[in-house]
Amino acid sequence: MTAIMAMLWRFLIGAFVLVSCLILALFSGQSVAAEAVPLKRASFMPLWSPQAQFAGYYVALDKGFYRRHGIDLRILRAGPGYSPLDALQQGEADFTALWLTTAIRQRAQGVELVNLAQLIQRSSLLLIARHDSGIDTVAAMAGRKVGLWGGDLSLPIEVLLAREGVEVVPVRQSMTVNLFLRGGVDVVSAMLYNEYHTLLNAGVNAEELTVFALAELGFNVPEDGLYMLESRLQDDPALASAFVTASLEGWDYAFAHPEEALDILIKYMREAQVPANRVHQRWMLARMADLMQPQAGAAIGTLRQEDYRATGDMLLQAGMVSAIPPYGRFTGGERAEAKKEEESDRAGSPEK
Amino acid sequence: MLVRLRNSIAFRLALVIALSTALIFAVVLGYNYYQSRQLLEQELEHNARNLTLSLVNRVETELVAVEKVVKGAALALETAAHDEAELLALLSGAVAGNSEVFGAAVAFEPGAFRADRELYAPYIYRNGDSLARLQLDQTYLHLPYLYWDWYQIPRELGRLEWSEPYFDEGAGDILMSTCSVPFYDQREGKRRLRGVVTADVSLDELTNLVSSLKILDTGYAALLSRNGTVLAHPLTEAIMNETFFSIAEARNDGELRELGRRMVRGETGFIRYASLMGATSWLYHAPVKSTGWTLAVVFPEDELLANIRTMSVNMAAMGAVGLLLMILVVGNIARAMIRPLHRLAEATDQLAGGNFDAPLPPVRSLDEVGVLTRDFRAMTEALKAYIRDLTVTTAAKERIQSELNMATNIQASLLPRIFPAFPSHSEFDIYASMMPAKEVGGDFYDFFFIDESRLCFLIADVSDKGVPAALYMMVAKTLLKTEGQRLGEPSRILESVNNILAADNESCMFATVFCAILDIVSGELRFANAGHNPPLLIVDDAVSYMPVHPSLMLGAMAGVSYSTQCLQMKPGDTLFLYTDGVTEALNASAQLYGEARLLKILAGAAPGDLAAALERVRDDVARHAAGAPQSDDITMLVIKLIHLATGDGQVPNADA
Repeated sequence: MTAIMAMLWRFLIGAFVLVSCLILALFSGQSVAAEAVPLKRASFMPLWSPQAQFAGYYVALDKGFYRRHGIDLRILRAGPGYSPLDALQQGEADFTALWLTTAIRQRAQGVELVNLAQLIQRSSLLLIARHDSGIDTVAAMAGRKVGLWGGDLSLPIEVLLAREGVEVVPVRQSMTVNLFLRGGVDVVSAMLYNEYHTLLNAGVNAEELTVFALAELGFNVPEDGLYMLESRLQDDPALASAFVTASLEGWDYAFAHPEEALDILIKYMREAQVPANRVHQRWMLARMADLMQPQAGAAIGTLRQEDYRATGDMLLQAGMVSAIPPYGRFTGGERAEAKKEEESDRAGSPEK
Repeated sequence: MLVRLRNSIAFRLALVIALSTALIFAVVLGYNYYQSRQLLEQELEHNARNLTLSLVNRVETELVAVEKVVKGAALALETAAHDEAELLALLSGAVAGNSEVFGAAVAFEPGAFRADRELYAPYIYRNGDSLARLQLDQTYLHLPYLYWDWYQIPRELGRLEWSEPYFDEGAGDILMSTCSVPFYDQREGKRRLRGVVTADVSLDELTNLVSSLKILDTGYAALLSRNGTVLAHPLTEAIMNETFFSIAEARNDGELRELGRRMVRGETGFIRYASLMGATSWLYHAPVKSTGWTLAVVFPEDELLANIRTMSVNMAAMGAVGLLLMILVVGNIARAMIRPLHRLAEATDQLAGGNFDAPLPPVRSLDEVGVLTRDFRAMTEALKAYIRDLTVTTAAKERIQSELNMATNIQASLLPRIFPAFPSHSEFDIYASMMPAKEVGGDFYDFFFIDESRLCFLIADVSDKGVPAALYMMVAKTLLKTEGQRLGEPSRILESVNNILAADNESCMFATVFCAILDIVSGELRFANAGHNPPLLIVDDAVSYMPVHPSLMLGAMAGVSYSTQCLQMKPGDTLFLYTDGVTEALNASAQLYGEARLLKILAGAAPGDLAAALERVRDDVARHAAGAPQSDDITMLVIKLIHLATGDGQVPNADA
């Protein structure tokens, strides 16, 4: 009798423990799963100090898009004195923004970086002269002082001048357009989204300027793209996919809510102690929306093979590279697989 | 009430005066406001210019002092070669000796200081109370100093330049501007650039000076850089973040942008605009020549005009009170002036109602109302006298009228009026009527038997009408009857009566008479005529004039002889005697009734009933006259022989 009772008693206790465990498991399931996928720490260095050229990243950071995709992202300080390329190579930054020309040259020189997304699809590069300077063609720039940025930024301009056979007096252009405003150079290099508007905001009227757009002169070179070292990509392809997805979401949000995006941006600009001019940033954000508009038939963020080819050819022609790196390697051929993996990962995640 | 008010002279007077005065006052007030404003604006421009230029001068003085230091250093570097120690001494001297200089540098072109040093740029700056040193060739690592504005711009332009203001983090985030001068050397006859001398100036003192300038309550001064960047402004968040043009763009204000362009072009101006602080303001702007910056002074219009506005409002209030007082005074004066008129009007009302003794207001002064009242009184008196006279006259007239009425009755009663006149005589029928034009007439008729068979009948027309004619008629009628009965022969009757009348006819009156005697036995008619119109003889519906001899009327002169004519009457013959009152009856358009018409009416219907016949003629005459007053007595006598009497006829009764 007692044996039966003891058996029954043992059974009851066992059942209780089992149910308790089940309930516990049920209630704590979510937190258990979340803790199971901890945020991955990653860092990103933009090309320059905070401005609307990078609005998407700051918005994605501020709105928690990176966290939602499992990334604890840090946007590194950039600007004068900071090189995204160096940061990438030295492992300080997991991701950077780079110009396509820079990236192709680096890849050709053996830096194994991979294009994760091509954001700016068009060239925003301009050459600007004063209307009353008499410079109304590229040929008329011969013998005149032309402001040129150092590094890869001026590459398309140099190729253009070489193609046209125009010999100018190059003057190294700093970060301001003051030299041009004071008359120190006849032609100034400018970005449509930045220096051009700076000129307007210094009281120069658009009709007082003659603008040469590189995009219209046969050099429609894509600009800002997102890059990662190939080795790092192979380590964690899901991270790269998550970063790109969150960044694009950030951009989408910024274009859909420009004033909120500007608020966020200006907050980061003040933190970085950069002069923050809302009107200027609004202009820049609007231009970014134009520039990021994908070419016909392509998805946003895609580097089209023909654009890659054209840019590579230009570099080849200028003698900047001896061979164009294969498109598949440059864009990370294995990434398609990684993407699938990341998607299935996210589908399984209860936090989705 | 309103209608009554509108009809009141006092109200209208007060209203018109008040409106005109208000209009004049408003125009004067408006003009005064406008003029004051103009004066104020002129004054303001003057003040604004002085204020701005004095401020510009203070800024300029400081900047020029720095320029001198830099130029002096450049000159020193051009005139003599300096080794490192000398260079540092030069820079330290420049910083230490000039309080406004925060730091100074000499930056060399590549290899220009020493062939073995690519870049060389010592910088001496204040660090607390002491001076510190930096090598700019070592601090500007990412972008060599060669490519910074402070170096590049004066280098390219070959002249002194002030940099756009910037925040210097190293110096503790103060606003700086750098004054740079290129310096050269002469080698082998060529002028070669060696480098640039610079001095950094803290702008904090300048911007504080500008910001602290108090202009009225909400006015302010502002400083813009050459690019239009806001350096000093009450919109603190705009400082170094915004340019005048980005603000204009944010506000989508093309005019503001144009103003900005004029300012950065270095123009001087004075304009009225909507300031960045949102108030309509006056702005005076002038360039700071050495740096190309713009100093602007803003005067809020509201505050400027506050005094004028207050004054205008006070004046308007005073004017309104004055106007109210004036309306009251004018109203009272007008009422006082109108009051006698009111009383006069009331008195006139009573006068119109027939009360001529209604009291008129007393005349206090001989103004227009006084004169009117006096004349009114005179008029009332005249009216009263007239009415008195009229009463007397009317009474007299009434008395005369009643007498005349009696005379009419008497005269009428003198003529035989009862028809048939001789009911016992069936041989003839006679009928007569006399309608006097006035109360009494001069016409008359008569008929009476002289003896048993002879009937005398006559018709007469006395010259003139009215009472004298009536009296004359009485005499003539009496004489004719008495003489007729005495003499029995028409010519002799007329001669006798004529002599009596003409004997003492002082009034020169006369009468026409037709007198006839009918023998009712023989049917012989004997007649004589004294100037009367010939009677009509109606035989078998044929009407003809009796052939009477013309002769003088009675009473004109004595001794006239008349002849008796004879006519045999047959039964049925009718005689129609009348006075010229019948044929000369006038209608409204002064047309005579006429003999032709008389003949026609008599011929139209053979007289059966004589009374009806006379009635018909009388009606026809009345129809002709159509209401026109009767001008002459109308007298008619008709006699018809019915049959001849037998010899022993009845005794005639003269009194019948």
